[in-house]
Amino acid sequence: MYIIVVGGGKVGFYLAKELVEANHEVLVIEEDPEKAKEIADELGDIVLEGDGCEASVLDKAGTERADMLLAVTGEDQDNLVACQVAKQRFNVARTVARINNPKNEEIFQKLEVDITVSATSAIMAHIEQELPTHHLIPLMRLKGTGLEIVEVRIPEDSRVVGQPVKNILLPYQSMISLIVGEDAQPKVPSGETIIHAGDEVVAVTMHESEEALREALMAPPPPRSF
Amino acid sequence: MGCGRVGAALAVDLARDGAQVMILDIDPSAFRFLPEDFPGTKVVGNGIDLDVLRKIGVDRMDVFVSATRGDNRNVMAAQIARHILGVPVVASRVFDPLREEMYRNMGLRTINPTRVQAKRLKKIIEAESEEEANEIVAGFMRQEES
Repeated sequence: MYIIVVGGGKVGFYLAKELVEANHEVLVIEEDPEKAKEIADELGDIVLEGDGCEASVLDKAGTERADMLLAVTGEDQDNLVACQVAKQRFNVARTVARINNPKNEEIFQKLEVDITVSATSAIMAHIEQELPTHHLIPLMRLKGTGLEIVEVRIPEDSRVVGQPVKNILLPYQSMISLIVGEDAQPKVPSGETIIHAGDEVVAVTMHESEEALREALMAPPPPRSF
Repeated sequence: MGCGRVGAALAVDLARDGAQVMILDIDPSAFRFLPEDFPGTKVVGNGIDLDVLRKIGVDRMDVFVSATRGDNRNVMAAQIARHILGVPVVASRVFDPLREEMYRNMGLRTINPTRVQAKRLKKIIEAESEEEANEIVAGFMRQEES
């Protein structure tokens, strides 16, 4: 694959290094001449000095034949524009933007950036996995479908504890795809699979149904009426 | 968004026309470009942060203008205002002519000052005398007033 990396900071450098080792054709676009030279000294003649948001620079980089553009500068707005120029002017099939502000994930997706990667969100997800909170953890979005993959840990007091999967009333377009029990054995559930407290459940759901899914899997049983 | 010379002049002009104006800049010292008696609201904050834009009520505004020095900042803020917060009229200044054209084609209202200014500078250096150059500049100013 031909992959263009916009931004030759630490992230860009190590990305380029890994991609070269994986035998991809890589070009790093870096504005700062000193950084550009450092990368060239380390990785060889795979650096173009210039502003990766500028159409003329991307043109020189041969962006129209790139399979992917990764915008990984330290500035969210620069990464957005690099991806948008790549998509609009050069029809690059897949654009990836590094973001600092996790709120930009949704914004960038609306603005047709294919994938966003946020260190902030990744670290937050790890922290949330460690904490016994009643949260649903979004793992990834499925491009162009409105669907996402989420993870929940079934709490002790959940209404689904001891229930088979077929008894769980899931929201529209939601599906339980994987259950990892406390024994760390992953299993693809059938309708008969019993849910236990502490199970890690990976599910597919619509973004809008997140709250309903959380309720279905994590809320305590409704009070009985006689 | 952006209280440079252009942003400040526009804010003053709009306020004079009777609009309720809020001006946002990341650097509080930028407000020096505003007159003492500026009737609008000055806010310090980052215009490409969705939380900031929501907090200052951009989702209820009729017009959003981005005129900072950064093209990317300007088009990102404009797209948030337009596509996320639903502001009906959004305008931006973009210095790079190619980027300006692209975002205009994508439905933003944008202007590019670069070409006009280069042409104007060329006109005044080509003038035969100082008087002629001044006459040309006066012509530019008349054009702007109309």
